[in-house]
Order: sequence, then C-alpha cells, then structure tokens
Amino acid sequence: MKIKYQIFLSLLFLLSWAAAAHAKLNIVASTPDMGAIAKEIGKDKVEVTNIAKPTEDPHFVDAKPSFIVKLNKADMLIEGGLQLEIGWLPNLVVGARNQKILAGEKGYLVASAGVPVIEVPTTADRAMGDVHPMGNPHFMLDPVNGKIVAMHICDQLCQIDASNGAYYKDNLKGFIKRLDQKLSEWQKMLEPFRGTKIVTYHKTFPYFANRFNLNVVGTLEPKPGIPPSPTHINSLIPMMKNEGVKLILIEPFRERKTPEFAASQTGAKIVVFPIMVGGQKEIEDYLSIFDYTINQVVSALKTKS
Amino acid sequence: MRQISYILFLCILIAVRGERLFAPDEVYGEEAPTINKDYQSPNTTEGVEEGTKEIRIRKDEFDEIVGQLQGMKALLENMKQDYDTRFKEMQTKITTLEKEKTELEKKQLEPVGAIHELPPPKTENEFPVAEAETEAEKVSVTKEEVPVPSQTDASTTSPLPLQTTAGSIAPPISTTPPDQPVSPGTGQWSPAQPLTVWSMGKNYMNISFDGLFSAAGSTAEDLETLETGGHDPIQRGFTVQNLETVFEGAIDPYFKGQSNIVFQIDKDGESFLEVEEAYLTSMSLPLNLQVKAGTFFTEFGRLNQFHPHAWDFADQPLVNGRFLGPDGMRNPGVRLSWLAPTDTYTELFFTIQDSQGETAYSFRNKAGLFGREAVETDVRNMEDLLYVPRITTSFDLTDEQTILLGASAAFGPNSTGTDENTLIYGLDMFWKWKSKYAAGGFPFVTWQAEVMGRRFDAGEDISADLPEEVLNNWGSYSQIAWGFKKRWVAALRGDYVDGEKYAMDASGLERWRLSPNLTFYPSEFSKIRLQYNYDDVLGNDSTEHSVFLQFEFLLGSHGAHKF
Repeated sequence: MKIKYQIFLSLLFLLSWAAAAHAKLNIVASTPDMGAIAKEIGKDKVEVTNIAKPTEDPHFVDAKPSFIVKLNKADMLIEGGLQLEIGWLPNLVVGARNQKILAGEKGYLVASAGVPVIEVPTTADRAMGDVHPMGNPHFMLDPVNGKIVAMHICDQLCQIDASNGAYYKDNLKGFIKRLDQKLSEWQKMLEPFRGTKIVTYHKTFPYFANRFNLNVVGTLEPKPGIPPSPTHINSLIPMMKNEGVKLILIEPFRERKTPEFAASQTGAKIVVFPIMVGGQKEIEDYLSIFDYTINQVVSALKTKS
Repeated sequence: MRQISYILFLCILIAVRGERLFAPDEVYGEEAPTINKDYQSPNTTEGVEEGTKEIRIRKDEFDEIVGQLQGMKALLENMKQDYDTRFKEMQTKITTLEKEKTELEKKQLEPVGAIHELPPPKTENEFPVAEAETEAEKVSVTKEEVPVPSQTDASTTSPLPLQTTAGSIAPPISTTPPDQPVSPGTGQWSPAQPLTVWSMGKNYMNISFDGLFSAAGSTAEDLETLETGGHDPIQRGFTVQNLETVFEGAIDPYFKGQSNIVFQIDKDGESFLEVEEAYLTSMSLPLNLQVKAGTFFTEFGRLNQFHPHAWDFADQPLVNGRFLGPDGMRNPGVRLSWLAPTDTYTELFFTIQDSQGETAYSFRNKAGLFGREAVETDVRNMEDLLYVPRITTSFDLTDEQTILLGASAAFGPNSTGTDENTLIYGLDMFWKWKSKYAAGGFPFVTWQAEVMGRRFDAGEDISADLPEEVLNNWGSYSQIAWGFKKRWVAALRGDYVDGEKYAMDASGLERWRLSPNLTFYPSEFSKIRLQYNYDDVLGNDSTEHSVFLQFEFLLGSHGAHKF
C-alpha cells in the first residue's frame, strides 16, 4: 500500500516536472492581435496561444476548459484589460491555478496599461448601453499603441527569460523599425482622405480613426452592444447623407443586412475590417491588419470620388 | 505655547493661500476650470440680454430660454466641481507617484542602464499622448526620459512610470473646453483617464444584484407538486424566484472569495433570506491543486453548480429536484481539486460536506424520505460526512465545437436509521457549437444532458409499519438550446423520472415532461422567457399544461461565465 502511494507521488512529480521542462516560453494572449505582437518579439523562443478566435466578437468568448490547461502551463498571460475580457477570462485564470500569471507577477501583463485610453465615460450607466466603464478597449487598432504594447511585452519577456534578453530586444527594435516605416506609408496613403466622415457598426474603430484622421460621425448601433433599430437607422441615414459619409466600417462577425441597407440608401461603401490577426487569409501578422485594411479603405474611397 | 499656536496658525494660512496661488498659475491643468468660468459668465449674461430683447415676441419662450440657461449653468458648475475634485486627486497622485519614481530610479540606476538603452529613442517620436494638440507634443518631448517602462525588478513597478508620465503630460491637453471631456472620436484625451483606471482598482469587491421573477398559469391546481425546485414558479400568478446579491473579489494574493445571498418571498408573502454560497478558492497551490472552502453548491453533475438565473429554463429538471433537493445540493465543507497535467483538460474533484439539513436532501434530511421518520439528523463522526468525488474532461472536437463530460458520485448517511446510507451517482454531458463569426455570442447550439441514479437504504420505521429495504430510483433530462439569432434563444427539454415507492402525487410518481421555451435577451443584463410545460404523470394517468413567463434583470458588475 505504502509503495503504491510512493510510486503515485513520484509519478506526479515526474509529470509536473516534464511539464515544467518545456523548452519554449508559453504565452497565452486573450486576443490574437496581442498574441501576434508577442510572436514578433519572442519569435521561435515562444509558443503563443490565443483565446479569442480572430473572427469572433472579442466581447463574448467561451471560457472553454481547454484554455484552463493552456493557462496552467503558461509562463505569461497577456490581457487587453479595460474589461474586454471580464465575461470570460477570470474563471479561466482561477481554474488554471498558475502562480506565474496572477496579477502582480512577472508573467501577467495588462496591455492597456500605459496606452492612452479614450472614451472613458464620466459615469458608469448601463442605460447608455454596454459601455466599458474604463474606456474603449479596442486600442490595438492604433499601430502606435501596438508599439507600446510591444515594448511592454519585450520588457516582461526580458524579466522572465533574462538569458534571451538581447534577442527579444533585437526583435523589438526590428519590429518598431518596420512599424514606423509602415506607419508613415499608411499615413501618406490616407492623407488625401483626411477628415473623411465615416460610420462604424460598433465603437470599435475610434483609435484607428484618430490615428489616421478619419472622422467617425455615427454608429449603426444606437448604443454600444444594442443591435441597430429601425428608428435609429432612419435617423442615421439622413444624417449620413447630410454629412456626406462615404464609408461604413464593420467587423467580420457583424450581420450585413443593416450596413448594406444603409450603404444602399446613402451610397457609402462598406469595408469589412478584420480587427484581428487571422481574421482574413491575408492577415498573418499585426502589421498586415493595417496593410490589408488601409488598402481596402483607400480603394473604397477612391472609387467613390 | 501661545507663540507656537500663532506660528501654526500662520503656517496654515500660508499653506491655504499658497495652494490658491499655486493652483491656477503653476499647474497647467487649472486652466481648464478658469476657461470654464469665462465660458459660463458671458454665456449666461448674454443669454439673458438676448432674452430681454426677445421678450416682446413671446414670454414663455423667454422663460424656456432662461430655464435652459440655468440648467446649463448648473451643469457647468457640476462639471467644474467634478473637474476640481479630480484635479486635486490627480495632484496628490502625481506627487506620490513622483516620490515613488525618484525612489525607484535611485534603486534601479544600474539595471536600468543595462536593459533600457534601446526603447527610449523609439518612444520619443510617437509616445501615446501624441494624439492631438501640438502643445502636448512639446511637453511630451521634455518629459521623454520617463515613458520608457523602467520596470526591472518588481513587477508591480511596471505600470507606475507610465502612469506618472500620463499624469504629468496630461494637464496641457486639458485645455480643451471641459464641456466635452470624453467626446468620442475627436482624439482629445482627458487627463482623468489613467486615474479612472486607478480608482476602479480601489473597489475591493464586485457587487451585483440579480432579480428573477415569473408569472405562471397552469391546469394543475397545486403547482407545487408539479415543480420540484425551491426556486421554480410554484404558484399560479406571480412568483419571486430569486433575488440574489453577489459579492466577489480577490481576498489577497492567495484566495478569491465569493458569496451569493438570496432573498425570496414565499407563498405566504413572507420574505426570507438564504445563504446560497459563501466560499474562498485558492489561486495557486502547488501540484496543480485547488482548494475551495466555505459553504457552496456541491460539484455534482452539471446543473447543480449553476444558480437559477443561469439556467436555460424557468424551472429545474425533475431529477435534480428529487435527488439533489429543491434548493440543490449544497452545504458547508471543503473541496479539493486536481488539474491533470495533460494536454487535454481533465480535472478531479473531491468534496467533503456536512450531510445534514434540507440542502443535503437525500441524506441526513430532517424530513425523512419514503414515509419514514427522521431518526438520525446530525453528523457525529467522519463517516457521517458527505463525500463527493467527481471527474470531468473536455475536448475541442473542432474549432467551433467543444464537449465537456463528467461523472460524479455522492456517498453519505441518510436520516432513516443509524447505519443507513445513500448513494447518488450520475453522468453529465455538455456540448456546444458556436460560430467562428459569433457576434455577441450568437449563433450557437448547446446540448446538455444528465442521468442520475440513487440507491437509498431505508431503515425500518415501526410506527409507520415500514420495513428495512433498499430503494433504487433513476431519472434523466436532456436539453437543447439554439441561439438562432442575436438575442434570441429557443430551447427544448425532456425530463423523465421513475416512480418512488409509497409516492402519492406527482412529486414522487413516475412521470415525464416536455418543456419548449423561447428567450429574448434585450441585452446581456436582462431577459424575458416564455415557457410551456407538458406534464404527463404516468403514475396517476394525468396530464397538466403550464405556461411560465419569466423575466430577469442584473444590476452591477458583470460576472464571468462558466463554460
């Protein structure tokens, strides 16, 4: 009996040791955009798992038990914060029972810390819809914020895995260089359309619009998280006509009926903005989110005028 | 003595005046409120002057304008107050942060040099705040050394330097009129933002309140015998099913705590209170272990762990009510769980709880089962506790499909005799498909099923003339929910329980039930549900029809969903 018990215990230790001796660093990112940046910094020294699917609504993700296992073995957890993950991540973290990724540890990173957050409501009031009380969480759609997040990730990776610090820093340098170069390209591409008035489905794009000087004048949703109502659309369409809105930006998971109706009434173009890496075949990394989308936006705006 | 108090008084005076002098000139942020003042006065006076000109046209119009202006004034004043308080908060925070920063910088001199040579120049160009005004950029250039996240040792230091910069750069940007502090899409960035994050973190717990009500109509005169749950609609007309207050948060770095306090109003209009759950959960024990301690729903089967407002139906399955009890199986106790270090999710649970009371229904329940009187209703030794092992495992069948399987058993003594035991065992299954392109979590399909058996060793009851015997029963339910359109869910459940010996009415006779329903979620925080129940009590050959209209609202913090 006693021997059996000992065998069982040593087996247990062996198993946990085998799990710990994994060569690459395991990084779990709540959404694929942050995961992609972690990959840019860690390259082949890290294994990245994303919880939200690139094509689904990141507000509503299932807390699938398979992610408990991933988090249990993670060396680092990257969370966007601003309550985007509030409905699904907390239970996973409790289930994972992993000291490394708890708040305050080196392996826990809130990507929104240090990012200039916009649209912070002065009062929390759900009569205004599902407003995020800590501000708009879609900050990754501004490439400059992506850069900040990359620096944070690099910093924390250096702390976790100091022996590869120089490698991570090199990768960060390279990434920032490419990003800066691309950013000026993108800005040049969109410069002719400065101030163009656009309408979006949800309040997903203000960071993007701010960076590239587009002007979001309305949303198809009457209030955040509330589906478009006929009355709202009826008042939105004349507004769009008056303001000369030429572009409607929507995420891939939105229904198309309402945007298509609004577009047909106003002559605006719809551009589907894959907000995550992997949201579209062409989008394999963080920078190609913007490459792809900005090309789409430019061609949509060009054909109009 | 007197001199000292004079000096003190003087000091205070100087301090107060100093603050006043200091505020508007030296700190940029104060500009905004002054602008605010300027805004206010001309606005109102002009408005009134215009009003006096227009008074000849219409008096009521004038009154309206004055009213509006006063409203505006009040609003502006409110805003100013708000701004002032925030500004003060910010000032104090900046000073504390700056202190901390200097301390940190002293500490970190060597490591910072080593690790952080590279990021600084990059941050310069486009640091966060470069959003709008050029003044902001000028300031940010001067403050450049700070932005680089200079966290080398303690992880807690990481957000600090950033917030310091945010705080110190913030004020100049606030020159935008305070009328539109958070106007969307304009790129103006209010100084309060990083601080809001701070103050959000000040709440040590999340609080929410959930109200669940229903209205029922039924062909059955006594709905209570048809419905097996304590939170089910148990009477014709309205029922308050559940008023639940949830407190939840991190206790310390080691534990998370939660408590669910339920208020209910019974059939006689009497309000009562129920402590449904109150427990702590460990965050990171070694060896993949986790402890839960307090009073909580037993981890037996699937549905038993969910609170009524999270159910897909207005009432609970028959088998749950009969075996696990009207209020579900829950009691004070401890639970240990172990997460297998495998690539697929497998978790073992072992719960030890008290076996007495009505929330351990098939065990040492004061109301004896099967017509027997309760003779043993207390826990006397270790053997009298309730032991519940459970194993669950889960696979992602495809990218869009996940299945969760579980097997549980509950061993414990029952109240019909000194050595009489009960065993409940069950299998459960939950399958979910959710579209890759889900918006708001829709569309999806879920299928949940449980089957349970109970072996009840009934003791001899001489006064009731009942012998010692073993009673075996089983029951099952299976339910499908289809979220066919955003905000809409259609569901169907089938129930079956076999007949209990000595049963007199629907609460114990063999029966089956079919329940279709349709739920509309105006938002995540409310729902309206219409359900129809077709009850066929085979034991006495009767059929009943019931209709429920259920509605729910949720106030407060957004709880995380379990899979």
